[in-house]
Amino acid sequence: MLTVMRARACPFLMAGLTAAALAFGAAGAQAQDLKIMAPAAPGGGWDQTARAMQQALVQSGAAQSVQVFNVPGAGGTIGIAQFVNTSKGDPNVLMASGYVMMGAILTNKSPVGLDKVTPIARLIQETDAIAVPVNSPLKTVQDLAELVRKDPARVTWAGGSAGGPDHIAAALFTQKVGSDPTKLNYIPFSGGGEALAAILGGKVTAGMSGLGELESQVKAGKLRLLAITQAERIPGLDVPTLKEAGIDVALANWRAIMAPPGLTPDQVKSVTAMIEKMAKSQAWADILKQKGWDDAFLAGEPFVAFLKDENASTADILKSVGLIKP
Amino acid sequence: METFDALLQGLSVAALPGNLIFALIGVLLGTAVGVLPGIGPALTVALLLPVTYKLDPAGSLIMFAGIYYGGMYGGSTTAILINTPGESASMATALEGYRMARAGRGAQALATAAIGSFVAGTIATLGLTFLAPWLVELAVQMGPEDYFALMCVAFVTVSATFGDSPVRGLTSLFVGLAIGLVGIDRLTGQPRLAFGMPELLDGIDVTTLAVGLFAIGEALYVASMRGHATEQVESVRGSLWMSLDDWARSWKAWIRGAFIGFPIGALPAGGAEIPTFLSYSIEKKLSRHPEEFGHGAIEGVAGPEAANNASAAGTLVPLLTLGLPTSATAAMMLAGFQQYGLNPGPLLFAEQPQLVWGLIASLYIANLMLLVLNLPLVGLWVRLLAIPQPWLYAGILVFATMGTIVAKASVTELALLTAFGLMGYVMRRFDYPIAPVVVGLILGPMAETQLRRAMAISLGDPMVLVTSPVSASLLTIAAIALLAPFAMSGLGRFKAAED
Repeated sequence: MLTVMRARACPFLMAGLTAAALAFGAAGAQAQDLKIMAPAAPGGGWDQTARAMQQALVQSGAAQSVQVFNVPGAGGTIGIAQFVNTSKGDPNVLMASGYVMMGAILTNKSPVGLDKVTPIARLIQETDAIAVPVNSPLKTVQDLAELVRKDPARVTWAGGSAGGPDHIAAALFTQKVGSDPTKLNYIPFSGGGEALAAILGGKVTAGMSGLGELESQVKAGKLRLLAITQAERIPGLDVPTLKEAGIDVALANWRAIMAPPGLTPDQVKSVTAMIEKMAKSQAWADILKQKGWDDAFLAGEPFVAFLKDENASTADILKSVGLIKP
Repeated sequence: METFDALLQGLSVAALPGNLIFALIGVLLGTAVGVLPGIGPALTVALLLPVTYKLDPAGSLIMFAGIYYGGMYGGSTTAILINTPGESASMATALEGYRMARAGRGAQALATAAIGSFVAGTIATLGLTFLAPWLVELAVQMGPEDYFALMCVAFVTVSATFGDSPVRGLTSLFVGLAIGLVGIDRLTGQPRLAFGMPELLDGIDVTTLAVGLFAIGEALYVASMRGHATEQVESVRGSLWMSLDDWARSWKAWIRGAFIGFPIGALPAGGAEIPTFLSYSIEKKLSRHPEEFGHGAIEGVAGPEAANNASAAGTLVPLLTLGLPTSATAAMMLAGFQQYGLNPGPLLFAEQPQLVWGLIASLYIANLMLLVLNLPLVGLWVRLLAIPQPWLYAGILVFATMGTIVAKASVTELALLTAFGLMGYVMRRFDYPIAPVVVGLILGPMAETQLRRAMAISLGDPMVLVTSPVSASLLTIAAIALLAPFAMSGLGRFKAAED
């Protein structure tokens, strides 16, 4: 009887072993078997960046297989904490990062900061844009400025995590139109998808989000763009910059790729070479064009210096608009 | 009729012999990986996505759908057989399914889960086909106050999972709510109850909690009872097939499950957990055999499994029509599309109809294939229960631990799993229900975030909770559900007199 039972149990054990083998194999030891963490909910900017990299890395032959996994929440500070904790010394795991994370680390007083990771390269930048639903009474950015001047607390904004570029841009907007940025009523969402739903549903006065996340809804005639936040106009897009509208705000959201702490110099070199190969490939160029992102490749020492400068200036902005309490 | 033609065309592509083989491989792979606790369908797809990369778009999407549904099916199989829900959405299934399995009715539980998934999948696919554009308009109108009201309904109705003593149930719920507070606050980014441990900043993972409480707790409990009078586990009692009575009790639950799961799944913040628990509670309330709940009531498996499957199809509504991936699963679907440079969004239906319909059709095929494959295997699966108890439970411990490590390789996670296992043992020992803990962890943070968002948007005016029509109706339903039992107990006396 016992033998019968054992024989019966066999398929189950086999299935289990196969499963384990598959799971561990995929997490695997192969050097080219890369994982990229998107430290935000699916659909948002980092998620899109990580998935675009996945595509370009494989198509350009820089890596054999790439997986993307999401660790959402609190402007990426949850993701970076896990990244530093669980991936130390592992050159096969990378993390998408950027301005959002830098701001969130400052406002959250996160115990784990960007100084804990190994910077690899800045890849792209993207402007933020202010959007309203098509049926909104706000037709121009001046209409919105007027409303903010009247009572900033009554203007609700939807955007990404607290302390991120969307939050900073909304705060700067409020300040530069001559209103009190500490009264800003900003509602953070942890993923681009969720914020977009709130903007589309007219739950907030305006949305502040990356242009790429808004674009398909604009093309579909559901949203209207009032302005973009970067200093220069985007060719082919009939939307004014905030500067043109007389509001002194210039801000672009950069995104970068980071490696875990504890890598040897040789490992850093080979990871950087892999990312550079991807960034110079036709596949990457095609994706940038398709997504409307600007190439902003910067690696090595200059990137480290850039991070330092940006961190100092971001801290200033956050303090001046009251997002960091002294 | 245009959509119908498009669906038929999708089906004809998916039914090509080559594509059927892809579907078969996908279903087998998915089931194999899906039986590991801690690895839900989304993670299964993530792990196996690279496998599909080299195929053509149709073959890849079809295999992908197979993996996804296979993973989901594997998760409910372990929930029923060894009380180890592969993901939070199959938790409700474990409640009754495992009791059924221990009473020798595992085969019927697996069958009603498989057929229910198929029926609900079919209804939801039809819903997706004909209602998607209309439903999505409604879905984006849901504001934070409406979500908060929906959570209230869920809170009130899941009290059905509280067992016989409301006080014990509420105690469990509050333990869950407290666990839900751990981690970084989503609205302000401040750490709470993390005690300076960066590992805790991520918050507590629902699967770790569920696997610890359900599987490890149960294994410890059974071990502690060894030598005492243990309840007799029968692997099979009577026929393997569902009896007429089983069918009669299941079919309504399947349909109700589908109608609960699909619309909630379509909401941008709906998810799969709320509909499965709602379905469980509703089945318990409507059942003619409420006394069987907690001891293996077939409706308690049929409803939640149907709701789970329908909500998965529901998440495709915002994904395909708006490009909003609203769940981990939908994000993986997005990745599947993006392999081919496609961006789901408002224009996808118009620009790439053959792929969209191909995907929908392949979900359908995968579902059918699972049904055909698994029904004959049901007899084999339940033999598992004939393994001598010490071996079986040792195997469960290994499985649960392995699943957790694969999903999240960290010592803290293992320590948490062990701690929750001990907690599960203590709770079972002293007869506290464990489901409300998990419910609290899932719903608590969601309800908090939505309420605070609603308050921020309304400038602190609580009236927004009753001025929004959706919110007002949902809160009314919650109030009725809360008060009805008291009113009913009065009515019950008349009813008893009539009988």
